[in-house]
Amino acid sequence: MIPVAFDYTQPSTVDEALASLAAGGEDAKIMGGGQSLMPVLRLRMAAPSVVVDCSRIDEMIGICEDDTHVIIGAATTHHAVMNDPLVKKYVPLLAEVTSTVADPAIRHRGTLGGALAHADPAGDQPSAAQALNAQFLIAGPSGRRTVDAKDFFVDYFTTAVGPDEILVSVAFPKQSDGWGYHYEKFSRTAQAWAMVGVAAAVRMEGGKIAEARVALTNMAPTSVRATSTEAALVGASTMADIAAASVNAADGTSPTSDIHADAEYRAHLAQVLTKRAVGKAAALS
Amino acid sequence: MQHISVTVDGMEYNAEVEPRTLLVHWLRNGIGKVGTVVGCDTSNCGACTVLLDGRSVKSCSVLAVQANGSEVTTIQGLADGNEWHPVQTAFKECHGLQCGYCTPGMVLAAVDLLGENPNPSEAEIREGLEGNLCRCTGYHNIVKSVAYAAELMGGGSK
Repeated sequence: MIPVAFDYTQPSTVDEALASLAAGGEDAKIMGGGQSLMPVLRLRMAAPSVVVDCSRIDEMIGICEDDTHVIIGAATTHHAVMNDPLVKKYVPLLAEVTSTVADPAIRHRGTLGGALAHADPAGDQPSAAQALNAQFLIAGPSGRRTVDAKDFFVDYFTTAVGPDEILVSVAFPKQSDGWGYHYEKFSRTAQAWAMVGVAAAVRMEGGKIAEARVALTNMAPTSVRATSTEAALVGASTMADIAAASVNAADGTSPTSDIHADAEYRAHLAQVLTKRAVGKAAALS
Repeated sequence: MQHISVTVDGMEYNAEVEPRTLLVHWLRNGIGKVGTVVGCDTSNCGACTVLLDGRSVKSCSVLAVQANGSEVTTIQGLADGNEWHPVQTAFKECHGLQCGYCTPGMVLAAVDLLGENPNPSEAEIREGLEGNLCRCTGYHNIVKSVAYAAELMGGGSK
C-alpha cells in the first residue's frame, strides 16, 4: 500500500461533505474522481487526514439547463460531459476541450469540477471556463456564492474555493448564433499534458470578428486570457489579420521552462496556436 | 478499516480494507485476481485496466473503497466458461501480444472501446487505446486485433 493512511468518508449530500471537511481540519482533502489526487497520494506528495469522496453526491452529478446556461454538477465525469447532448449542442468548446483530456479510462473517472478545482496550469478545462465566462457555484459553512471564471483561478493549484468550501456546479453560457469555437493543444505524446493550449471563442458579424475571447493553457500560474490579442482581433476578416493579432498572444504571460520546452518556445507556441485556434473558430483557415 | 462488498468477475466478495488500499492491490493481494497487473504505478500505462461497472478504469487510480457496491470485470472474468471473449480470440489470431504484460489492460480497454463504438476506424482504435502502453511497441498487431475483434463481434472495422 503506497499512500499514507487516511480516513475516508463518502457523504451523500453537500452539507454532509461540508461537515466532514470541517471535522477533518486543514488536512482534509476533497476527492472528485481522484484522477489527480491518486497519483499524488501514491507519491506521498499528499498526506490527507481524511479523504472526502464527493463522487456520489446526487446534487453534484449530472447536467441540466435553464434559459441561458448549461449547468454541470462538479462530480460529473469527463466522459459524461463530452458525450452529453446539451453540452454538445450549447457548449461545443467544452465538449471539444474535454475530449483532449488524458485518455478514455481516466475520463471515465475524472470529473469536471475536480479538474477545475485542482487548477493545474496545464489543465485544459480552465481555459474553456475562461473563454466561455463560466460561473462557479461554491458551497461553504456560511452559505453559497457564485464566482466568475476571471476570479476563480487564483494561482498554481489555487482557486477561489476556500479550505472549508466545495465546488458544487459550473454554469456555462449557452452558445448563441454567430459564435465559433476551437481548442488547439500541443503536447509531446498521446495522453500528455498540454505544453501549451489555446481555447478560442469568436463572434462573427458580416465576415469580420466582432468579439474574441482567447484563453491560454500552461502560459502562467493559471489559465489566462490573452487580452491584447482579443482587442486586436476585433475587425479581423482574413488569416493575415489573425496572424498579426496573434503576435501579442504571450503578452503579460509568465510561462515556465522545463525539460520539454523553455519559456521562449512556449511563447512562440502561444502565438502559433492562437492563430490556428482563432482561424478555425472564425472558419477563416 | 472499512467494509466493502464488490462483485468481481460475477462473484460477490465482502472484505475489510484500509481506505488507502488501491483497487489493483485488493484485486491481486486480497482476492487473488493476479491477472490484473501493476505496470507503471503512475496512471500512465494502463496495464492495470479493469472494467468498473462496465467502463474501463485504471485500477491503480481507484481506491478499493470507491468500488464498494460496484461490479468489476478483470481479464479473468472475460471468458464465458471455456469460450474466449472475441477480443481475446482476436489478440491470439492476430498476434496482438508479445511479452503479454500490457495484454490484460489492452484487452479490457478494447472491450470498452468496442462497446461504445462497434465499428471503429483505425484512427479511432489508436485514439481509444491511447491510455494503454505496450513496451514491446507491438501496436500494429494490437490495432489489427481490435479491428478483427470488431468483425467477430458483428461490427466490422471501417
